[in-house]
Amino acid sequence: MQHAEEHHRTATGLSHNKIMMWAFLASDCMFFGSLIMTFMIYRDRSVNGPFPQDVLNIPYTSVSAAVLLLSSLMMVLALAAIQRGKVREFRVWLIATAAMGCLFLGGQFFEFSDFYHKGLTLKSNLFGSSFFVLTGFHGTHVGIGIIWLLSLVVMSFRGDITKENAEKVEIAGLYWHFVDIVWIIIFTFVYLIPY
Amino acid sequence: MAQTALPVQRSTPLYERSKLWSWITTVDHKRIGILYFVTSLCFFLVGGALALMIRTQLAVPNNTFLSGDTYNQVFTMHGTIMIFLVVMPLNSAFFNYFIPLQIGARDVAFPRLNAFSYWMYLFGALLMTSSFLIREAPNTGWFAYANLTNDLYSPGRNVDFYMMGLQVLGISSIGSALNFFVTIVNMRAPGMRMMRIPLFTWMVLITSVLMLLAFPSLTVGLILLMFDRYFGTNFFAVGAGGDPVLWQHLFWIFGHPEVYILILPAFGIASEILPVFARKPLFGYPFMVYSGISIGILAFGVWAHHMFATGLGTVPISVFATTTMLIAIPTGVKVFNWLGTLWGGSITLTTSMLYGIGFVAMFTIGGISGVMHASVPIDYWQTDTYFVVAHFHYVLFGGAIFAAFGAIYYWFPKMFGRMMNERLGKIQFWLTLIGFNVTFFPMHLLGIDGMPRRIFTYSDAAGWATWNLVETIGAFTLGVSVLLLLFNMLSSARAGQLAPNDPWDARTLEWAIPSPPPAHNFDRIPVVHSRDAFWEEKQRKDAGEPPIHDRHPFNLGSIHMPPPSIVPIVAALGLALAATGMIFLVWPVTILGGALVIISLFGWSLEPNF
Repeated sequence: MQHAEEHHRTATGLSHNKIMMWAFLASDCMFFGSLIMTFMIYRDRSVNGPFPQDVLNIPYTSVSAAVLLLSSLMMVLALAAIQRGKVREFRVWLIATAAMGCLFLGGQFFEFSDFYHKGLTLKSNLFGSSFFVLTGFHGTHVGIGIIWLLSLVVMSFRGDITKENAEKVEIAGLYWHFVDIVWIIIFTFVYLIPY
Repeated sequence: MAQTALPVQRSTPLYERSKLWSWITTVDHKRIGILYFVTSLCFFLVGGALALMIRTQLAVPNNTFLSGDTYNQVFTMHGTIMIFLVVMPLNSAFFNYFIPLQIGARDVAFPRLNAFSYWMYLFGALLMTSSFLIREAPNTGWFAYANLTNDLYSPGRNVDFYMMGLQVLGISSIGSALNFFVTIVNMRAPGMRMMRIPLFTWMVLITSVLMLLAFPSLTVGLILLMFDRYFGTNFFAVGAGGDPVLWQHLFWIFGHPEVYILILPAFGIASEILPVFARKPLFGYPFMVYSGISIGILAFGVWAHHMFATGLGTVPISVFATTTMLIAIPTGVKVFNWLGTLWGGSITLTTSMLYGIGFVAMFTIGGISGVMHASVPIDYWQTDTYFVVAHFHYVLFGGAIFAAFGAIYYWFPKMFGRMMNERLGKIQFWLTLIGFNVTFFPMHLLGIDGMPRRIFTYSDAAGWATWNLVETIGAFTLGVSVLLLLFNMLSSARAGQLAPNDPWDARTLEWAIPSPPPAHNFDRIPVVHSRDAFWEEKQRKDAGEPPIHDRHPFNLGSIHMPPPSIVPIVAALGLALAATGMIFLVWPVTILGGALVIISLFGWSLEPNF
């Protein structure tokens, strides 16, 4: 929201949207923190299987984690491109980011259906409940991010993304990096810490 | 209510022609403030009626006015409504109206998000209270402990109304918190450094941070409960290894900061009123700021004091007892600073000042009983008794509501352009003070005597009858005093004396502009050189000095205010529909609601002129 006579003056020099995104991410941290805390409390409390060590496949999930991490690199390259005014290059990197996000989600679906066939469901035990709710909400965040990025791609075709409003991309990038960092944390707590 | 014509505000013909449409599409923080104000007062009457039902039932032993089941719904909704549908939105009414004015801004950072937050509140409130119509109102206490809330022990829709209603209200609160956080951080007038903003604004900033960080814990708890109820997960299923105490942790990690969310704005209001009517600056402003920040931080370190009796273990409860005692320190600092503000001041006992002083006194009593609970051995005696009920009513009614009433008498002239009746106001104050103490003081005694909370009746032999009857008389006195307040507001809004810009000779910027303000608030954005910016300007004028130089030339035509928008209410409607569908497990309604949300989100980002 701009006021003509005040020439976009803000008390901090940062835009409202950027500060709001940081504040929102702080809140989202607490959201994921509570879900991760729930998972950690319930880690060793499942009464029956399948147990984590029966189903979790660290090599497989490392690959999908790396894919998501790489997508953050794509995001940085997309932002760098649009900050230099290179709309076409920006579009390529952003589509790459979204594509890698889709690859990650695809990997999740594949992994989850494998677990399902091994008997791990929302209802099967505490591990199933806490695992699927935690990773499910994370996946939903990724999905929303993908839609957001693709919307930016569509907007760029209409000439609505330029060097001047590159901040729009930066803010989407903040969200995307956050979602990536949350996955690193989830991967550490759920997969890497030995059972 | 007088509304001056909007300068160059872009509006549609429909906006000009239809009053209803103009309110539905408004993004003006002052109008949104009034919407919150009126709605929260309506729910105050609902919550108050529920209180009177409780008191009627408990007036005599073995009463049959309410059955046990109905009583459970009544006391659950009384608490839930008062906290989420009254105190928070009433505070929000004042945030909305006055934060932009106090910092010298023309509106909040995100006007449509602001409107969206209001509509979410209204729809969430209607959703939750509509449960009364099918006699399945939430009935498991405002804290909804597991496992009582699972689908085995609560097979009806009561808990579903609670879950979905609170999720909707939670989104409203998060939206507001984001808005006020960015507004206060980023939209202060030139020269208005953080240590120059009014203390009310400081408290709202801290409150906003608390909301952002505390609500997610409640959101997660409600999600786990929802998954247990709808999808058969095991989060609180003991047989599968789940732990009902997890719910308590998640709830109280939200719940304790929540009570500071309720009271910090009241601290801010008192810190506005006392200096004005003592004609002295707030004593120890920096300490008021630092103590507010300390309270905000410590608020996250005390939650398990609500759980002392759940068998957490000696070490954890000792830690929490210590932190709970610690948080009394910054709170005490504030009380002494208020006293220091009054000391040596030139005091005028207007109604709002009476409420301000009453707030300090009643809140202190509530704080004392609170510090008692901080001691674990004492809490083992007091928990789940009426002693706790006494404590939280002293801090919530004697604290938050007294401050809110003070705010009403203080800020009504600015909001509605008319003075309230002072004589009636003073009568109303004394009636409230007496009624309040008659109702809630005896609860300390009953609590010590062992009367449990949440019982729908008690026997003659207990010996509790006399005090209970006294409390009921007090409660009905309070009812009368609230009606008097409503009467005063309604008659003053219609025919009260016209209010000048600055009826109280006050200190902060909202008093520098007309009552009520024009849509654009300030003709010229002020430049600020000190705390109590408006007071400072008045002193300079009195001393014959030129007025504060403002940077911007006066050109009304160059002011662009955000235009009205239909998107916020549509988005809120979509979310509310989605939540309603979830309660009744009618998936088409949920999907329709979801679709509406997605469409309005795209509409939101693509709307022109924003």
